[in-house]
Amino acid sequence: MEVKKSLFTIKLLIIIWKFKMRKLDYTTIFFAIMGSFLVLFIFIPIINLITSSDAGSIISNLQDSQVISSIFVSVYSALFATVIALLFGVPLAYILARHDFKGKGFIESIIDVPIVIPHTVVGIALLLVFTSNGIIGAPLSKLGLTFTDAIPGIVIAMLFVSSSFVVNSSREGFESIDPRMEKVARTLGAGTLRTFYSISLPLALRSIVVGSVMCWARSVSEFGAVIILAYYPLVAPTLIYQKFVNYGLDNATPVAVILISICLAIFILVRVLMRGWRTYDKN
Amino acid sequence: MIKIENLSKDWKKFKIDNISLEINDNEYFVFLGPSGSGKTMLLELIAGMWSPDSGKVYMNNTNVTYLPPEKRGVGFVYQNYMLFPHKTVFENIAFGLTLRKKEKQQIKIEVEELMNLFGISELSDRLPRTLSGGEQQRTALARALIIHPKVLLMDEPLSALDRKTREELIQEFRRIHKKFDITIIQVTHNFDEALQLADRIAILKKGKISQVGTTDEIFRHPKDKFVADFVGSENIINGIAKEGIDGLTIVDTGNIKIESSQKKIGDVHLTIRPEDITLSNENIVTSARNVFKGYIKEIYDLGTIIKLTVDVGEQLILVLTRKSFSDLELNIGKEIYIYFKATAVNLF
Repeated sequence: MEVKKSLFTIKLLIIIWKFKMRKLDYTTIFFAIMGSFLVLFIFIPIINLITSSDAGSIISNLQDSQVISSIFVSVYSALFATVIALLFGVPLAYILARHDFKGKGFIESIIDVPIVIPHTVVGIALLLVFTSNGIIGAPLSKLGLTFTDAIPGIVIAMLFVSSSFVVNSSREGFESIDPRMEKVARTLGAGTLRTFYSISLPLALRSIVVGSVMCWARSVSEFGAVIILAYYPLVAPTLIYQKFVNYGLDNATPVAVILISICLAIFILVRVLMRGWRTYDKN
Repeated sequence: MIKIENLSKDWKKFKIDNISLEINDNEYFVFLGPSGSGKTMLLELIAGMWSPDSGKVYMNNTNVTYLPPEKRGVGFVYQNYMLFPHKTVFENIAFGLTLRKKEKQQIKIEVEELMNLFGISELSDRLPRTLSGGEQQRTALARALIIHPKVLLMDEPLSALDRKTREELIQEFRRIHKKFDITIIQVTHNFDEALQLADRIAILKKGKISQVGTTDEIFRHPKDKFVADFVGSENIINGIAKEGIDGLTIVDTGNIKIESSQKKIGDVHLTIRPEDITLSNENIVTSARNVFKGYIKEIYDLGTIIKLTVDVGEQLILVLTRKSFSDLELNIGKEIYIYFKATAVNLF
């Protein structure tokens, strides 16, 4: 341990010396050291988690049908929530990007509110409305759609907390397109809808995809709102929590490793795809 | 014919205030005005990108006031080109035809014809961001013209370009105007451009029209101080051009002979920008082709710069910095020499 520590100190000194060689001033070096705290703070636990579990327990967990089904429920419900968020969020984002109107600030606030509400509170709020005698749940339950302890409940909990990522990111994408480009398309004979899907949508697609991935990832990680609406069927975060409470850390860790690996893999995949994506810088 | 009747629109800091105007078929019409005068908004109102607060727009005696842009059949070219960045040059130009569901082969023929016309055939598969300003503007022109609009609207189409490209495109615009049997309305804040291109000019100020007339009328008989200020700072002289030596053109104004590097024969206007003229007390040897002796007629103190009118047979306006003005010890009536290069003499 002592050896490790002194090695670390030497490495740090080398890094600082290298910075000096590049003629960086002390303020930059100081800020870089301060800034690296957060990076390490996030990086170390993740790497530690991934490397902490032995392969055997991960493999045996991968053969556990309960683990597999909970991961499947998480991934699948999150995908569903993302599709719904896209379906309703992209049109909203376009309106917000292109029009000024009374009450626009209010609408923007509503979209952002889920970020500041504690997620268990979200769960309670949704439960009150979507339970089989709630104002939305009652008519829908007559159509055979139940939300409590069912997949639709998981989906709406995920949608509630994650949809703002799709709206805000898409909106940024649309805002970065010069409206005059759309106007030119109109003069060439494209109607408003045609202009939208042949000009605005392709140009904003990158931002929309980024927003969707964020939305999906946020949905997979949702726990607080989900357990209140639907403890069962188990989503992966709920399963990890259950294992931790009932059987302790050693039992919960392998599932956590599996989940984080899936999330990171998708995150990295999307990053790589994004890098190859053509960007069209504005003149 | 385009007829605008009592058109008004007030939006944020932009304003059009009760404008009435008629633009004839096949006319090259220029809206001239400083920034914030509402000229772009007026152009966009004609294109149908806004609906006016009040007033009407007619095209060929049909009321199009509330017709959306896609139904008006006008071409539009912006200063910053507004090419679709995700489409190649070919796809950009073909856009209007693709919407009209023409056959692929037909589209190819028509697009290639226009690309040839503008000399951009080799750029066919390139994306807009890899093009120079001039190439982008030619692509934007081709894209607008492919639908054979009756009216071509251009918003400051030359402002983002360097001088040489601008000159080339001015020739291009003239060619298009003849070839396509089209009404062109162009917005600019540059009087030089307006002079070289316009049949008629409308001067706009704060959303109102100050004066409408032919270039000559506007220049010779400005209706008010605003118009005079806006157009008055250029040296414009009429003359007869003939071929000179060294590949230059000699313009005889009746009083003096001025050499220009531009090729023109016959009746011409020439302009020399005041800042291109230098002044000296002695006849010194320079590379400038044009040297004239004369005297100072008027001196205007504009603060940091001094504007002079000199009489060298023709009256020319030039500007000096305050420092060189006092170094030269100038006063009214003093004999001086002026110099300017043949390349500084613009013919049209």
